[in-house]
Amino acid sequence: MAAQAAEPPAQSQLKAGTLTPVMPAPELKLDGSDGKPLSLANYRGKVVLLAFGFSNCGEVCPVTLFTLASARKKLGDEAAGVQVVYVTVDPQRDDAAQMRKFLGSFDATFVGGVGTMAQIEAAEKSYGISVSRKVYADGSYTIGHSSSIYIIDRGGGLRAVMPYGHPVDDFVHDLKILLRG
Amino acid sequence: MSRVVRLILLVVLAVLAAAAGWAGFAPIHAETREQAFDIPRGTWARRRAGDLVEILPDHIRLTLGIKDVLLIRNHDEVPQTFGPTIMMPGQSFRLPFERAASYQFVCSAHASGQLTIEVEPEPVLPWAKIHWRVREWWEKQKK
Repeated sequence: MAAQAAEPPAQSQLKAGTLTPVMPAPELKLDGSDGKPLSLANYRGKVVLLAFGFSNCGEVCPVTLFTLASARKKLGDEAAGVQVVYVTVDPQRDDAAQMRKFLGSFDATFVGGVGTMAQIEAAEKSYGISVSRKVYADGSYTIGHSSSIYIIDRGGGLRAVMPYGHPVDDFVHDLKILLRG
Repeated sequence: MSRVVRLILLVVLAVLAAAAGWAGFAPIHAETREQAFDIPRGTWARRRAGDLVEILPDHIRLTLGIKDVLLIRNHDEVPQTFGPTIMMPGQSFRLPFERAASYQFVCSAHASGQLTIEVEPEPVLPWAKIHWRVREWWEKQKK
């Protein structure tokens, strides 16, 4: 992995945690909920907010997606330069149609990442995502998962990571810097 | 009590009062707001060999306005997962905090795999400043 510039000038202004030197974001080899192959290279020129979750998530994912949708709304016209990509950690239940329906209830522009278990696990590994499954007596299950949002700049560099729980305004702040930088 | 003893006591009390006044009212200055930790080269290899090497404490305390940025540098030959992200070899992760709270993170650099970061509010009142200074001094003595 080749390092890009040692530290982009705006790096220390971000409210998210920042990575230095900035390195290319690991590529995704998945299917998109929009029916197209999902690759981060498709979104060069946009700032990508990448997160992992699942459509049956009752706590973390709805909050994260609502926050990201709210941030896009607050950005107004600038939101066109932001793409949210949400990769499922539950390939057993989340197919493209399910993710499209789930994500569409927050923002119609959000794209889900789906694939086989092996494809999903490869994506999780490349971003250091931890996933744990809890199975109930009736056979149903829920999934605990890393809940940070990865911020990928317009050149495809993994610039920053926003831990779960940051308010909408923190995203708006950082996105404005990255969109203008 | 002789006049000399009274004078000495007065001087001691005056010095203590001045010290308390300084500790309670002088602004707290830190050279850097970053609390830095390094993951040394060879950490993964040592772990793999069965050495329960501890790189980071399992509990880190930060204080808003004084020391409120966590900086972790990965000097190891392999990626390390710290809480919200994965750090490649040679990469640093700088995480600023703006809210006082207790944060739990997964951390592969730690033998237990868990790291707690307590972020305290900025000490503003005199008593809080004195308490902060005394605790910092005490912890430096322990090292």
